[in-house]
Amino acid sequence: MKNTLTWFLLAAAAALTGAGLWLGQHALVLQKAVRVCLECVGIG
Amino acid sequence: MTDRKRFSIQAAATLLQNANLRGFFTGRIYQGASKSVCVPGLNCYSCPGAVGACPLGSLQSFLGSRPVKLPYYVMGLLLFFGALLGRAVCGFLCPIGWLQELLHRIPFPKKLRGDRASGPLRKLKYLILALTVTLPLFFALTPFFCKYLCPAGTLAGILLALADAAVRPLLGGIFAWKAAVLVSLVAASLLVFRPFCKYLCPLGAVYGLCNRFSLYRGEVDADKCIRCEKCAAACRMGVEPQKAINSAECIRCGDCARACPTGAIRMGFRTARSERGKKSI
Repeated sequence: MKNTLTWFLLAAAAALTGAGLWLGQHALVLQKAVRVCLECVGIG
Repeated sequence: MTDRKRFSIQAAATLLQNANLRGFFTGRIYQGASKSVCVPGLNCYSCPGAVGACPLGSLQSFLGSRPVKLPYYVMGLLLFFGALLGRAVCGFLCPIGWLQELLHRIPFPKKLRGDRASGPLRKLKYLILALTVTLPLFFALTPFFCKYLCPAGTLAGILLALADAAVRPLLGGIFAWKAAVLVSLVAASLLVFRPFCKYLCPLGAVYGLCNRFSLYRGEVDADKCIRCEKCAAACRMGVEPQKAINSAECIRCGDCARACPTGAIRMGFRTARSERGKKSI
């Protein structure tokens, strides 16, 4: 039973990641990650 | 697995996630395509060495945008790491977890072992997770966790300031607060094993919720277990493996398996074959 749930979660993870890629969200992550996050480093 | 082997994996994971070594000297952060992928552990993307994106920073960035974008991509990656590894991410891949372990190795007159009494305090990380996810929905562009709590971001700020003199005059009150949090964490790590992971880390909370279902898991063979409780005494996360080896607190470090005199405890990837015919607690 737990094994089934694990595979379901992995499938859900793949579906969510796929949806995010399809919507171009990886590009938004890149856009945020290549600039210094002022809040993160304690400036903003 | 030996503790030395786990230590090597932790060191390699930290180095891999911070492979832009030149950045530590120039103070310039990496801008390559690999930064579109979230790393599994807590590693600030503004760290000069970081070659991947921080999952919590990315999550808050989506939730703090207007109009709010549901972070399918980040949630998918978090769920993937969680379902595959659970809190083994904390035990093997998280640089902040490794840093706390290194600090805990420093000799100190009194070390708090197991720390089982701190149950309610451990729930704090779930509250912080809830705030991390909900606050950006109400306060646009404010990554609550990154701004006020994240020790990885503070370290990134220190490294940037060391490498780039132009950053130093910009560090103000928020940095002072974050530095105080970092100093407290360092001090607590001398006394307690992985205090940030136990009490505060929202990423640990996410993976903890996945621990019961993850492919990488622990098993106690009921036929071999003699209930000596040596595993519980060895656990530095305060878990009682003989009762709940897949507890949300277990980081899969394997201390319990090494302490077990009968070899009843096993950590590894669960397969359909291992599920069949195995009697476990």
